[in-house]
Amino acid sequence: MTAEEITAVLEQELADAIAGADSGGMHPHVWVTAVRLHDVMQFLRDDSRLQFNMLRCVSGVDGPASNEIDVVYDLLSMQPAVSELWRARHAFAVKVRLDRANPHVPSVADLWPTADWHEREAYDLFGIVFDGHPDSIKDHDGLHPQRILCPDDWVGYPLRKDYVFPDEYHGIPGKLEAVPPGPG
Amino acid sequence: MGWIENRFEEGLIVTSLDRAINWARESSLWPMTFGIACCAIEMMATGASRFDIDRFGAGAFRATPRQADLMIVAGTVTFKMASRVRRLFHQMAEPRYVMAMGACTVGGGPYFVHGYHVVKGVDLVVPVDIYVPGCPPRPEALLEGLMRLQDKIHRQTIAKRPAVGVEPASKEKNA
Repeated sequence: MTAEEITAVLEQELADAIAGADSGGMHPHVWVTAVRLHDVMQFLRDDSRLQFNMLRCVSGVDGPASNEIDVVYDLLSMQPAVSELWRARHAFAVKVRLDRANPHVPSVADLWPTADWHEREAYDLFGIVFDGHPDSIKDHDGLHPQRILCPDDWVGYPLRKDYVFPDEYHGIPGKLEAVPPGPG
Repeated sequence: MGWIENRFEEGLIVTSLDRAINWARESSLWPMTFGIACCAIEMMATGASRFDIDRFGAGAFRATPRQADLMIVAGTVTFKMASRVRRLFHQMAEPRYVMAMGACTVGGGPYFVHGYHVVKGVDLVVPVDIYVPGCPPRPEALLEGLMRLQDKIHRQTIAKRPAVGVEPASKEKNA
């Protein structure tokens, strides 16, 4: 299916969940409201016309100027082929726009297990909280997915545009300017 | 530095012992199997037959810090890894030596400005004896670093050193 056809199917079946669409260009996508994201993703995976059986990537996009943070889900539909083992049928993307101060979005790790680590990474680096994530912990930041790359006690979300690097971490200077001058 | 260094008055026996001890130490530097990132590929190449680090007595890569003399920190040290590096260093028996291999361990390397997770040089975590720059250093460079470390060990002595800050008598005469 082409991107226009996929957009048309979504707008026909889940009109209330679609906040916008861009089926032209290099990266065709629809904008989905955060509360209906799980329904849209379930539909994209299970509908016989779409069959998006692979989640390629979960990305975060930070927008401090407009106080927004986006989550981008890149989907791919693969089908068995005779000439080669598998063939990509069509690809599409789903975007969600969230409040930067309190970004919450439903987890899709139950639909695609690969989302488990992707969502942990998105939480680790952008602070996007995926509600219902299977590997969540509760601490002073509330219930959120575990960090995956940074240490568990790391403070802040490094890929946010306004992130300030810590001066020290467990006694190790973070910035070289913070190193006290040694003897001689 | 171990338990024996800088403890004895200089003399014939001490000088001869120095030679024997240093010869033994520099000729069988057992490195630890400790490759953190891409520099480890060059370290493995150095250990293989073409470059053959065994020629310098440093080919016995030990899988435990208890048996190792030399820690070649081969790769990017992240803050998450830094505490492990420090623990492994403390688990090594003295005399122990650390070689910082590659730009990341020397001073943060390509992650110096925008890397949010990289320690800006492993010398902020453990004391470093030899720095080998490069991204990654070629095996020849690593061997050069090893030989410089051997030179450094060669200069170690069990004789007492003059106290720091005290000018030797001969210098005063010249002045």
